[in-house]
Amino acid sequence: MWRRTPSFILDRTSTSPPMAADTTRAPIQNPDSISAYYQTRAAHHGVITSEWLSQAQAAVGGVSDSGDEHPVSSLTELGNEKSFNVIEEFNSWRKQPDLAEAVAAIRALAAVIRASEATTMMELEIELTKASDTLKSWDTTSISLTAGCDLFIRYVTRTSALEYEDFNSAKSRLLERAEKFGEISCKARRIIAMLSQDFIFDGCTILVHGLSRVVLEILKTAAQNNKLFRVLCTEGRPDGTGVLLSSELSKLDIPVKLLLDSAVAYSMDEVDMVFVGADGVVESGGIINMMGTYQIALVAHSMNKPVYVAAESYKFARLYPLDQKDMAPALRPIEFGLKIPTKVEVERSARDYTPPQYLTLLFTDLGVLSPSVVSDELIQLYL
Amino acid sequence: MESRRNPRAVVDPKVRQVGFFTSSQPDSSSTQQQQQQTDPIPASASSPPVSTISPSGNSLSPVMIPPPRLNSSDTFPLRGAAAGASSAVSPSSFSYSNRRDFPDGSTTASPGRHSRGSFVKSSTPVASSLPGIGMDSMAAAKSSSVPASGLTTVSVATMPPGLAEKASGMEVQSDQKKNSKPLKEKTTKAERRAIQEAQRAAKAAAKADGGKVPPGTSASVASTSVKVAKPAKPSTQKNEVSVAAGVTEKKGGPSEKDRKKDAPHPRMQYDDESRVVKAKRRAVVKQTEAKNRVELFRHLPQYEHGTQLPDLETKFFQLDPMHPAVYKVGLQYLSGDISGGNARCIAMLQAFQEVVKDYSTPPEKNLNRDMTAKISSYVSFLIECRPLSISMGNAIRFVKNRIAKLPITLSESEAKAALQSDIERFINDKIIGADMVIVKHAVTKIRDGDVLLTYGSPTAVEMILLHAHELKKKFRVLVVDSRPKLEGQLLLRRLIKRGISCTYTHINAISYIMHEVTKVFLGASSVLSNGTVYSRVGTACVAMVASAFRVPVLVCCEAYKFHERVQLDSICSNELGDPNAISKVHGREDINYLDGLTNNANLQFLNLMYDATPSDYISMIITDYGMVPPTSVPVIVREYQKEHLLV
Repeated sequence: MWRRTPSFILDRTSTSPPMAADTTRAPIQNPDSISAYYQTRAAHHGVITSEWLSQAQAAVGGVSDSGDEHPVSSLTELGNEKSFNVIEEFNSWRKQPDLAEAVAAIRALAAVIRASEATTMMELEIELTKASDTLKSWDTTSISLTAGCDLFIRYVTRTSALEYEDFNSAKSRLLERAEKFGEISCKARRIIAMLSQDFIFDGCTILVHGLSRVVLEILKTAAQNNKLFRVLCTEGRPDGTGVLLSSELSKLDIPVKLLLDSAVAYSMDEVDMVFVGADGVVESGGIINMMGTYQIALVAHSMNKPVYVAAESYKFARLYPLDQKDMAPALRPIEFGLKIPTKVEVERSARDYTPPQYLTLLFTDLGVLSPSVVSDELIQLYL
Repeated sequence: MESRRNPRAVVDPKVRQVGFFTSSQPDSSSTQQQQQQTDPIPASASSPPVSTISPSGNSLSPVMIPPPRLNSSDTFPLRGAAAGASSAVSPSSFSYSNRRDFPDGSTTASPGRHSRGSFVKSSTPVASSLPGIGMDSMAAAKSSSVPASGLTTVSVATMPPGLAEKASGMEVQSDQKKNSKPLKEKTTKAERRAIQEAQRAAKAAAKADGGKVPPGTSASVASTSVKVAKPAKPSTQKNEVSVAAGVTEKKGGPSEKDRKKDAPHPRMQYDDESRVVKAKRRAVVKQTEAKNRVELFRHLPQYEHGTQLPDLETKFFQLDPMHPAVYKVGLQYLSGDISGGNARCIAMLQAFQEVVKDYSTPPEKNLNRDMTAKISSYVSFLIECRPLSISMGNAIRFVKNRIAKLPITLSESEAKAALQSDIERFINDKIIGADMVIVKHAVTKIRDGDVLLTYGSPTAVEMILLHAHELKKKFRVLVVDSRPKLEGQLLLRRLIKRGISCTYTHINAISYIMHEVTKVFLGASSVLSNGTVYSRVGTACVAMVASAFRVPVLVCCEAYKFHERVQLDSICSNELGDPNAISKVHGREDINYLDGLTNNANLQFLNLMYDATPSDYISMIITDYGMVPPTSVPVIVREYQKEHLLV
């Protein structure tokens, strides 16, 4: 089970993806047997430079704003097989580099509502849950995808609209909510950047780990606000996320220094705060993030430096890992440069879990939260 | 940029009013001021000065603020004015209300405790240590408001403004009274002081010769005054009014009630001699007190064990007020036949179902209130048999709430059926159903190759282990046990029978065995709102050792056992078991070192039943609302306590 998890990029031949029990839907599963979670990241990491970003945005242009036409047309083309549509839809949204996976999923689900031919509320709801299930089973390793789907279903169905007499008005109401939710999720990054500005003071040194779009946005906003600060980037082996981030930051004229991942403790004494993003925020208030976050948080904690997490609220997941091994591992290929004997085992997990006691604050679009509030918000969202 | 942030500030103006928050406080104080100015009437002979301590004037406040220690002469006129109208009240009531306030001659006795004491006296006695007992007296006060509105000169007039909220009809009266006040002559502060001193002296005298004034005195005085005022009133109403009047008579009545509504009721403190004596007089079960009581735990009941059972058994046919089902359950508690939080709670609820089934409203009584009183008396009997667990307290609160909420329009049989089904639903949803959900959540945390440790014999954990075994998970169980109950052996037996691989050890070996454990599953008697887990004694030790070894500790607890109380230690609320259980080892005649020492004055046996585990040592609490961190317990209490009362 452990070894057969998906998310190989290079080792395509290894095994078939151990998807959820939903075998009837085999064709709609990820055809490449590569973890979509990792694929997306790799794709983004490869190209996420500001020029490319602006180009892409210009190219996608109006679509993200008037996204309505696009999904409808694609749906009508594709025709009857609805379960197939979701993935297609999702992938088409996912191509936009600036769009988070969860938001793409939300957009795709909204499209499902729009294209649905259901005539009763119950039918629509069933269709929607089915679609979200397919999405979730398509990539079981992605936390934000699962969380986004769940949240969307909650947000859309838990409404008085369901008691509307007229089905069409109810449906349009649902659509409205879906659009609104998508918008909120899109704006989340801006809100977080705003909220975090109070914490960045002139002359501070910030340690950043991983390539998080939210953290990049925060630093960008701070630079635009003429704050004077220095950034230390960890290298982020094996993806080189730190290299990418540092080149981004240097374009903004932010003084930046690149560190080896193993040099974190060495340079921690000159650091004033640590900023990390998150793949998922779990119920305990801890985070699941790129490998290395846990050890950075431990070092920071032992040196009494604050650790700030920037995460949108759609990353809040109803998970509760008790320890590092207590979650579905997202495996990744690792290049060591040298030839490694086959007898040597390689730890390939791509992320780790940081318990809440090592985090200081979470910047979310719900506000600046202490880790224990996450569970309160989750309880209110889901129950 | 700023403009972006501003709307955010508008979006979440969720102001959660926490704790002693009172918006209306300044208002009420200003009205008090006004009143002082308008009616500067001196104290009359019958008003106890302490009464002025409670600023019961703020009728809007949701939470009572503990009254500040005011110089009594400052606020005196307010109360004095009210009392002035009913100056005819006899000195006996006066001495009653003061007896408690000046036990040591101090002028400003702490209001909370003493006034509560007086409350206990007037209402159903022992059960008042339960949350929610305030209800019957509340109901009394409420219903009294309607008839009272017709009265004009009842002693109810002494009511401070605070009560007006509940007895709105009476406001008319106090208004009238206010109008009449300015007619009285003014006095200086010094004069008022003098009067006060005189009162105090009179009081002391009354106390000296009166000795013990029966609790009913003030109420009876009030009721006589009612009779004088309106002799034509129907008797039931008179009683109700007299209750209300009695409450007001004892200073701070209303504020007390408010407080009662919000704050959990204090437990009986067994080191308070006067009250213990009183409680004993009422008691059905005659318990002999232990001779050598443990010093730090004098506030808990400490009895000789094993003496009451035969006595009670002989009384079985004489006790007509007690329902046989309740009696049976009580005896089972006493003998230890039923133990474990869920089992005790279910047994009690089923007994109550029987009670409801056999209930018929006595003539000229109201089903809601009479039944509540009945239940209260049963509960006090059960407490005598064994102190209630918090879960039982919650269940009783639920039952009483359901009774109080029964629509008046229902016929008796309908009401009974509704109640029975409510109780049934509570058992099914909140206890049995909750366990199912907990099991479902918890098995997701068991992986192949796990070594699970459990302590004692928690039912929820047993269900989890059995279910995980059914799912063909490969795991090993370590059952840790402790003297004197050795409950773990029972669990062990049942696990072995199902073919689960087990290791059994005593708690002494916990530090040795812990390094091979991967998860610790514990049960709980209750989870308090600061995340503290209140559970079988020894649990804290296990949790602490586990957390020192970085082993995750999972606590399985149904949400109906959550309580809004906060507890920091295991001393202030606990239960003491049979001291003989730890002084002797059964089956080991060679260990007789303590023979003949059991009654030695220098030897005290402490057999604690529960302990409190701080939330730091707990990784996760598994409840029927999912898996939550211990910091989220207050959220569940806040969000669902209401719903669970309403079910």
